[in-house]
Amino acid sequence: MSGPDVTRGSRGSLIGGGALLLVVALLAAVVPYVVTLGALPSLVMLFALVILGTTWNLLAGYGGMVSVGQQAYVGVGGYALIQLADAVGAPPWAAVLAAGLIGGLIAVPTSYLVFRLAGGYFAIGTWVVAEVFRLVTMQADGLGGGSGLSLTAFRGTDRVERVAFVYWFALALMVAVVLGTYLLMRSRVGLGLTAIRDDRVAASSLGVAVDRGRRLVYVAGSAGAALAGALIALNTLGVTPGSIYSVNWTAAMIFIAVVGGLGTIEGPLVGAILYWVLQQTLAPLGTWYLVVLGAVAVAVVLLAPRGLWGLLAGRFQLFPTTYRAHPVVVSGTVAPQPGR
Amino acid sequence: MDWLNAGVQGVLLGGQYALLACGLSLIFGVMRIVNLAHGVLAVLAAYLSLVLVQQGLPLSLAMVVVVPVFAALGYAVQRGLFNPALAQVRGRTSGELAPLLVSFGVAVALTNLLQEVFSADTRRIPTGGLASAGLPLGELSIGVLPLITLVVATAVIAGVQLFLARTATGRAMRAVADDAGAAAMTGVDPKHMYAVATALAFATLALAGVFVGMSTQFSPGYGDLVLLFAFEAVIIGGLGSLWGTLAGGVVLGLAQTIGAQIDPQSGVLAGHLVFLAVLVVRPGGLLPRSVQA
Repeated sequence: MSGPDVTRGSRGSLIGGGALLLVVALLAAVVPYVVTLGALPSLVMLFALVILGTTWNLLAGYGGMVSVGQQAYVGVGGYALIQLADAVGAPPWAAVLAAGLIGGLIAVPTSYLVFRLAGGYFAIGTWVVAEVFRLVTMQADGLGGGSGLSLTAFRGTDRVERVAFVYWFALALMVAVVLGTYLLMRSRVGLGLTAIRDDRVAASSLGVAVDRGRRLVYVAGSAGAALAGALIALNTLGVTPGSIYSVNWTAAMIFIAVVGGLGTIEGPLVGAILYWVLQQTLAPLGTWYLVVLGAVAVAVVLLAPRGLWGLLAGRFQLFPTTYRAHPVVVSGTVAPQPGR
Repeated sequence: MDWLNAGVQGVLLGGQYALLACGLSLIFGVMRIVNLAHGVLAVLAAYLSLVLVQQGLPLSLAMVVVVPVFAALGYAVQRGLFNPALAQVRGRTSGELAPLLVSFGVAVALTNLLQEVFSADTRRIPTGGLASAGLPLGELSIGVLPLITLVVATAVIAGVQLFLARTATGRAMRAVADDAGAAAMTGVDPKHMYAVATALAFATLALAGVFVGMSTQFSPGYGDLVLLFAFEAVIIGGLGSLWGTLAGGVVLGLAQTIGAQIDPQSGVLAGHLVFLAVLVVRPGGLLPRSVQA
């Protein structure tokens, strides 16, 4: 007799995936013609937040590494974009992609340094690295010191054309990052990463290359943060070391991933939308939204550790990554499971 | 002469960092929690004593109020937030992330709350000339306040060390740190022990915060730097060793003052770089695990 039926995904995932495709199509083809020109940059920020949350989730939710220093790569991405677009003269889209690549490349040697620290000490160690990046950037020649840099590559470009380009480009990047993360987690590598997160020693004893897996996640997550940083700089037309290297970027990432649901692809999408809405509505009140966010994050960790997505959707997966075994049904009775 | 002066100031500055790091080291040693709210809590203590001093209370009396208040706060935070987070680690619902994420949420909320209440302006606790007083020593001038801080730091570390080594509660605390389950079987309540450890850590942190507030211009965002400096002192000195933390604080203070002597803008950066260098060359720290906390 054959074993239990093992499936991944369901009809629900297909329907949900279709709905998501529709949302992306609406965002691409309808939204830019309906909303005002001034609303598009704030939507670009939402797309950047999705990238930030998704890549931080890759680190913590799948790699088990809580980094409080991802603003290092947000900053590297922002500065790299401006240098590549202005000083080198690369087209903006290429400059953004190259900025992501540079972020990933810098993360390789950095990983050897911060991987010497475990758990909570890894968290603060990455923060120290981010501070070093910020201080070095401020003191380096040609990077504008404490007042930062402005993006000049768009001078002479029509404003409508520029905003529209940045919007569509950001949308495409967000879709690529989310899909890329999904495909990574569906792959054999993703399975190994899930095992590392759940029990590093057991995973290692089963032949999973633990160090290589963690390094891959760290590099990919940092490249994603650099991409988002480049997008943010492209969107705001400039960087200052104080804001682009701000720990608040990591606070945003943590909120988005934790409140949305760690270790799921869907969670950061939900979390990013919630963060964005809170920020948009509470921003006139100063930094109160960060007070609310901090408190909400604490409450979610303690009361609903699977996050909002876990609360709302239960075990339903829009992006099915895990397998599920269905018992074999023989004429109305459940057959005994194959012995373990 | 300038270099000698930088060296002396660095050692004295190290006292402040060691005092700040003591609580971080203690909480990690007993329950493996890294408290990311450590820095902003120290800044909260500084604001609290500033408010009390502005109400006309003498500074020494303000300290007598703030330290026990923080000890009580520590007990409550452990019972209300960190213990439930630790329970999740045991329940494996969110790996080891829960305590870290909870403390980070507290840090973000508290930093911005302080910013709303006290604004982002820098403040300083008035000391009536103590902060600028100096003892002449040859051609050098030894700051009185940094000297007091170093003495207090040494006394606090010695006190905590004695408490852990000699008292019944200290023994129970070490037992819980080694194996909470086994300790519970002998009648020690791990949750209570954790809360006592956090209360002690918060008391030292409040003391450190008041000293920081007297010697430095602080703002709500200053907590980030305080956390990083305290952490660097712990790692440079070696995990699990309180005397190592004192040595780590002194090394960090020296790196910062000597770095600033080379280039006035690079003091903090020099401290970070020395920390990273220690991580590369001696990842166990200078005095690793000479004493188990």
